[in-house]
Amino acid sequence: MTPLLQVDDLCMHFPVKEGLFLRSHKANRAVDGVSLHINPGETLGLVGESGCGKSTLGRCLVRLYEPSAGTIRFAGQDITHLKPRALRPLRQNIQMIFQDPMESLNARHTVGEILEEPMIIQGLGGSSVERKQRVRELLNIVGLPARSVSRYPFEFSGGQRQRIGIARAIALNPQLIVCDEPVSALDVSIQSQILNLLVDLQREFNLAYLFIAHDLAVVKHVSDRVAIMYLGRIVETADSETLYRNASHPYTKSLISAIPVPDPHRDHQRQILTGDVPSPIAPPSGCHFHPRCPVAEPRCSERYPATRIVGEGHESACHLSPEN
Amino acid sequence: MADSPILEVNGLITEFDTDEGVVRAVDGVSFTVDPGKTVGIVGESGCGKSVTALSIMRLLPQPMGQVVGGAISLKGQDLATLSFEEMEKIRGNHIGMVFQEPMTALNPVHTIGRQLTEGLKIHKGLSGQEAIIEAVKILEKVGIPSPEIRLGEYPHQLSGGMRQRVVIAIALACGPALLIADEPTTALDVTIQAQILELIKELQAELGMSVILITHDLGVIAETCDEVVVMYAGKVAERGTVFDIFDRPAHPYTQGLLRSIPTLETTPKSTLNVIEGMVPGLRDLPKGCRFENRCPKATDLCRETPPTEELIEGMHRVSCYQWQST
Repeated sequence: MTPLLQVDDLCMHFPVKEGLFLRSHKANRAVDGVSLHINPGETLGLVGESGCGKSTLGRCLVRLYEPSAGTIRFAGQDITHLKPRALRPLRQNIQMIFQDPMESLNARHTVGEILEEPMIIQGLGGSSVERKQRVRELLNIVGLPARSVSRYPFEFSGGQRQRIGIARAIALNPQLIVCDEPVSALDVSIQSQILNLLVDLQREFNLAYLFIAHDLAVVKHVSDRVAIMYLGRIVETADSETLYRNASHPYTKSLISAIPVPDPHRDHQRQILTGDVPSPIAPPSGCHFHPRCPVAEPRCSERYPATRIVGEGHESACHLSPEN
Repeated sequence: MADSPILEVNGLITEFDTDEGVVRAVDGVSFTVDPGKTVGIVGESGCGKSVTALSIMRLLPQPMGQVVGGAISLKGQDLATLSFEEMEKIRGNHIGMVFQEPMTALNPVHTIGRQLTEGLKIHKGLSGQEAIIEAVKILEKVGIPSPEIRLGEYPHQLSGGMRQRVVIAIALACGPALLIADEPTTALDVTIQAQILELIKELQAELGMSVILITHDLGVIAETCDEVVVMYAGKVAERGTVFDIFDRPAHPYTQGLLRSIPTLETTPKSTLNVIEGMVPGLRDLPKGCRFENRCPKATDLCRETPPTEELIEGMHRVSCYQWQST
């Protein structure tokens, strides 16, 4: 199967301006050599702590940023450096859902206008009457009442606003949606409603998702495969079950062990990481994780470990992961 | 009596005077906190869990927020009758508080040292030099490396996890009997959250204090609490020991919540149980039980008359007519 999205050695370095003349001597290596792929109709989960570069990576993939190096191929086409005009047809196929629907929806537009706009920009959806018909259909798909058309975003609750954001993302029948923390701002009882909706839509429309989140339990629930990111690099990738049952990278293991389990009987022996995530402006030498790693060896501070295959579809960037 | 509670909250009612009329954010909340125990208050945004904490501390935004009913007593002393000055003594000495966002809880223009020694000087009457020695000890206790250097630094120079440690250090400086932690780890990453929760547990064991932990995360509750209060739309839906709540949830809201969270054990892409609908606004609450419009078990009785709290067994209490129906 040809992947829908193929990313190779992607880098996104932001210049850090400082000093009297704001000259740039250093770079924030937010994304630093990431390779991944997403197949049609598949969900790749992307997990990491704040500042690990997961949102920056997502924004590169929808080309809100132009990457510093590496390539992004969508359906075989190199989109890494496309100019804005050439990007426009691509936007039909790659859409994005944001964490905070209040900030990502135009507060001065009605829901009807918000949902119709992508069709107008792309010149799709036929006549005005047909577009309005499509808007009603979209509202129905995401479970909002038809009368929402003439209302404004502030009149809705957080969960309903996220439904509007989802309706806008699927308006043009995209093939890939980048979901950046789509349920983090929602209450528990609403979160499950939105997760069910995303899974249903994927089945119905054969959507591929890049699902970015910091909550491993949520990511595991929606993903076929999961990639774990630490300080700009992907440290482990595997299918969801393998990753949770049989993680290879020490960082993944400690992330899993840090999740509080909603079961008071479980005597949870935690492996608690010490220290904080270092800055991507001055990452540690060798393996970025070595200062916090419970099993680090001298070689870990000397060179960055190559990504090795530890099982079928299971890759880990750790000197100590057994090679298969 | 050794077992008399540190804190007793009885029928607490808190109202806010807003432009659109009076809103009752907390409506008849009761619970107790025993010495050395951790009580979790869990609920979704707007359920009144933070307002309950602010009511106990008498830190409600003034003049809008007012406690209009019920009683709060700390070690048998009624907090409502205390003057502003007396309450200030209580806040520093007997109850410590940790907030969600450490950056807003700390003063950005004062050094860590100044903020940490302030309480020690006021409440413990220490001299400047004594307070500094004590502050260094406390920072060490909360796991901050090279505390002498940190004392001269400002909040922005620390990471989020370190800032939260400083806030905890300030809250614990005078050795309070009760620590109220309002979403202390919500703004932190999961590996840092684990560090902070572990720190609170260790300090609690060492100092023998009681903790009220307010959170929306049922995982955090299960791992840290002895007793749980489940709140919904300003009222207590259910309360009991952590085992009562997780093993034998009696309220349909608690049951729905526990079933709706994805865990590492749920089958990927399976349909999660949901609680249909959403939390009612505090301005248009249902006439009967507040959960009635989302409850799969609701009857005419539920729609007409709000339920009162019933005792199930031991400490387990529920506000639901249908708790015995399956």
